[in-house]
Amino acid sequence: MSTELPESSVPPPTAVDEPSSAPTRRTFIATTTAVGGVVVASGAIGGTLLFDDEVAAAEAPPESRVSLTVNGTRRTVTVDNRTSLLDLLREHFGLTGSKKGCNAGACGACTVLVDGRRVNSCLTLAVRLEGAEVTTIEGLADGDELHPLQQAFIDEDAFQCGYCTPGQIMSGVGCIQEGHTGSPEEIREWMSGNICRCGCYVKIVRAVEQTAGRK
Amino acid sequence: MSPQPQAAVGAPLSRVEGRLKVTGEAQYAAEFDVDGVVHAVIVDASIGRGRITGVDTRDAEAVPGVLRVIHHGNAPRLPYRDNSNGSNNPAGRRLRVFQDDRVLFHGQPVAVVIATTLEAAQHGASLVKVRYDAQRPSTDMADAEADEPTRYARGDAEAGLRDAAVRMDLTYRMARNHHNPMEPHATIARWDGNRLTVWDKTQWVVGTQTELATVFDLPMESVRVISPFVGGGFGSGLRCWPHVVVAALAARETKRPVKVVLSRKQQYFGTGFRPSYEYRLRLGSDRRGRLRAVVHEMDAETSSYETFDEAIMLAGQMFYSTPNVSQAYRKVPLDVNTPIWMRGPGFANASFAIESAMDELAHRLRIDPIELRLRNEPAEDESNGLPWSTRRLRECYTVGAREFGWHRRNPKPRSTRDGDWLIGLGMAAAVYDPGRMPAQARVRLDADGTAVVEAASSDMGPGTYTSQTQVAADALGLTMRTVTFRLGDSRYPRTPPHGGSMTMASVGSATLDACNKVRGQAIELAVEDEESPLYGVRVEDIVVRSGRLHVQGDPTRGETYQRLLARNNLTHLQANGSYAGPPDPERHSYYSYGAVFTEVGVDATLGLVRVRRMLGVYDVGRIVSPKLADSQALGGMVGGIGQALLEHTVTDHRDGRIVNADLAGYLVPVNADIPDLKAIYLEGEDMQADPLGVKGVGEIVQVGVASAIANAVFNATGRRIRELPITAEALL
Repeated sequence: MSTELPESSVPPPTAVDEPSSAPTRRTFIATTTAVGGVVVASGAIGGTLLFDDEVAAAEAPPESRVSLTVNGTRRTVTVDNRTSLLDLLREHFGLTGSKKGCNAGACGACTVLVDGRRVNSCLTLAVRLEGAEVTTIEGLADGDELHPLQQAFIDEDAFQCGYCTPGQIMSGVGCIQEGHTGSPEEIREWMSGNICRCGCYVKIVRAVEQTAGRK
Repeated sequence: MSPQPQAAVGAPLSRVEGRLKVTGEAQYAAEFDVDGVVHAVIVDASIGRGRITGVDTRDAEAVPGVLRVIHHGNAPRLPYRDNSNGSNNPAGRRLRVFQDDRVLFHGQPVAVVIATTLEAAQHGASLVKVRYDAQRPSTDMADAEADEPTRYARGDAEAGLRDAAVRMDLTYRMARNHHNPMEPHATIARWDGNRLTVWDKTQWVVGTQTELATVFDLPMESVRVISPFVGGGFGSGLRCWPHVVVAALAARETKRPVKVVLSRKQQYFGTGFRPSYEYRLRLGSDRRGRLRAVVHEMDAETSSYETFDEAIMLAGQMFYSTPNVSQAYRKVPLDVNTPIWMRGPGFANASFAIESAMDELAHRLRIDPIELRLRNEPAEDESNGLPWSTRRLRECYTVGAREFGWHRRNPKPRSTRDGDWLIGLGMAAAVYDPGRMPAQARVRLDADGTAVVEAASSDMGPGTYTSQTQVAADALGLTMRTVTFRLGDSRYPRTPPHGGSMTMASVGSATLDACNKVRGQAIELAVEDEESPLYGVRVEDIVVRSGRLHVQGDPTRGETYQRLLARNNLTHLQANGSYAGPPDPERHSYYSYGAVFTEVGVDATLGLVRVRRMLGVYDVGRIVSPKLADSQALGGMVGGIGQALLEHTVTDHRDGRIVNADLAGYLVPVNADIPDLKAIYLEGEDMQADPLGVKGVGEIVQVGVASAIANAVFNATGRRIRELPITAEALL
């Protein structure tokens, strides 16, 4: 995706305490759309076009080494710079608990915690996570003992198909940590970045509310 | 045999697979770790109709990691054997991927790029240059010609209308809806010689198996479809869509296992949708509101290559007593991909028209909407003269009105306010025709006292794993923990599609039959075994609880399955069970029913509609799994709220492109849209329906929601909106 980028434009590692400074994939894509616009205007046809014809050179895509901690385990990997955190987790680490629902930050199925904050992992480039602490659904339970919110989801039947569930739970953990659980209305607002197509919202709110109340 | 005590069935149990789902361990189609798997990304047609004049793959093939680009110019010809009666394929000629240069709709697969990494495949797909000879597509139902209608008539509807004291002519429009399950459709395909294995998101492993066997001309047993978890479906998984064939073809051509995951955007043309409708109703009644004649004219979109058909006509034939009925259901072929059933298929749309019209009639005649419905309650199914199996709609009204506080509704529109909000109450009746189809299951009871039940079925969220385990546990006399139910594998006994509210009745009855047989074998064994404490006891006097056979009324006299099997040197007992489907001809008219009540607030200046509360009351026969059935009902209401207020697939008629093919532009309800919802299931069972006495839950719970909301909006505002979704613009 960035074969023409000069070496110096590869972003430096981000400090652990500054996760918010990292550009997301959304801003990254936004900086490249001018190129795509030119191509579309030139009348080329086909699928999604982001690059000029000459850009399609047979060079290996730029890769970066990144060290990050996932569920308490330090991992160092060399990744294609285009790889999102979500694809890193799912396709490279085999951690398929984080789900790809829309790959555009609209559904929340990919929600994980990065340095304690909930983020859409589909919009987060893996190479920007140097030194970051990532928690996914696989890292939430304490051994065999489920996190209270996981147990509350089971007890309240706050899921049906289960596909949005890991994202809902990670988002719920974030919501509780943020203290946005003062009322069902507040929980509804702060859990609205996570779509549940089976329609389990009433029970998701109950599960979050009960878990928050136990803290 | 003696009837078994019901310990599990009817108990509010949690999902047996719950732990897998809350820990991320449940594996969905794209998540299977298949050794050596490579990635494929489909290139979609960027025109709405025409021919492909050239495909330039050089740039794509130059991308490091790209293994192959397949398109109609280099793809092998595939057998595509006839499968017109299988796999839920509608009448017509199914889309054949990469077999010719024709483009039939915007987004049709025109090439696929296979690469060692997902990133390379995505980049490669963006570099494939396809040139077209484009024509202007026909995607607007208003400008297209319809096929010959399917008709129904009884009495003389036109004469009935002429003679009626009250006449209304009403046209309703319903937008195209997309299922948008949270899990995108995905397939991993692997060939081992001439045998094909696919891990697929599907609501019917047998249907996908059949389709792949016919496309590639393979014996059925050479195709295996695995699908243990389905991340939602709502109907989108009822067919084997082109990308499944693409995955299998790509795997065969590259000799590598291939994974295809549709993007969210590709879901909008790579899988089906609930077709948009125009539904005109002309009705005539007497002054007391009794219907004399109703004419239904229904136009629905379909594709140019297949004729999609759904049960849009039944509600108009059987729901209200009407001596004169005439119906014409026309499909309008367009340059779009083929629709598919979506939750509450047919009925969810028919009910919007019929139940809105009943509300309009009630208002015009100043009759309470429930009273109007009661005056039109039929004694039997007037379309075929059959008695109802059960029809407890009156109870639904009574219970619902009481629990909801219907008496507080002011029938005069625009008469209740809460600050800026105009408040309205509305109700609608609901009906659905649940399916029942032949199904099979098998059970094996092991000497350790545990059992495994297998059926090819699916669990897209309703809780098949749990409810089938409940049925099996009671029939075997085992605890829930000692029974495992397996599904989602075409090697298991055949089952019908997981849709149409038929899984519990069909698969459940097969499970019940298999487990009853095994329990019967054990009982027979015990009463004939001289060393058993049950020796000589009458078979009918024995029940099994918690794995122990004993005399009914004398729990001390008995023994466990373990002891019985061990003493008889048996490793296990096993049986196949089946359900033959409904009697032919049917002796009863069999439908599920409901009544939906809702309160909405409409912002007087902004036109914003908010659902404030909702209650559904349902007559669906026995409830096997109350906790899960409750979730299903609330989910159906949420789906209905989306249909009523948000969901609308928008097509640019200039080129056939869907302009809101994502979850930012195609709105679905989010948490903040949903108030407290409540569901009540009438207690009881429908023993005419099937051996379990169930009528299915999944579909009926969405029917009636949109009409109840539209009726409440009218009560709030005095504005009758006859088009879904009901938007702020329509109310301003």
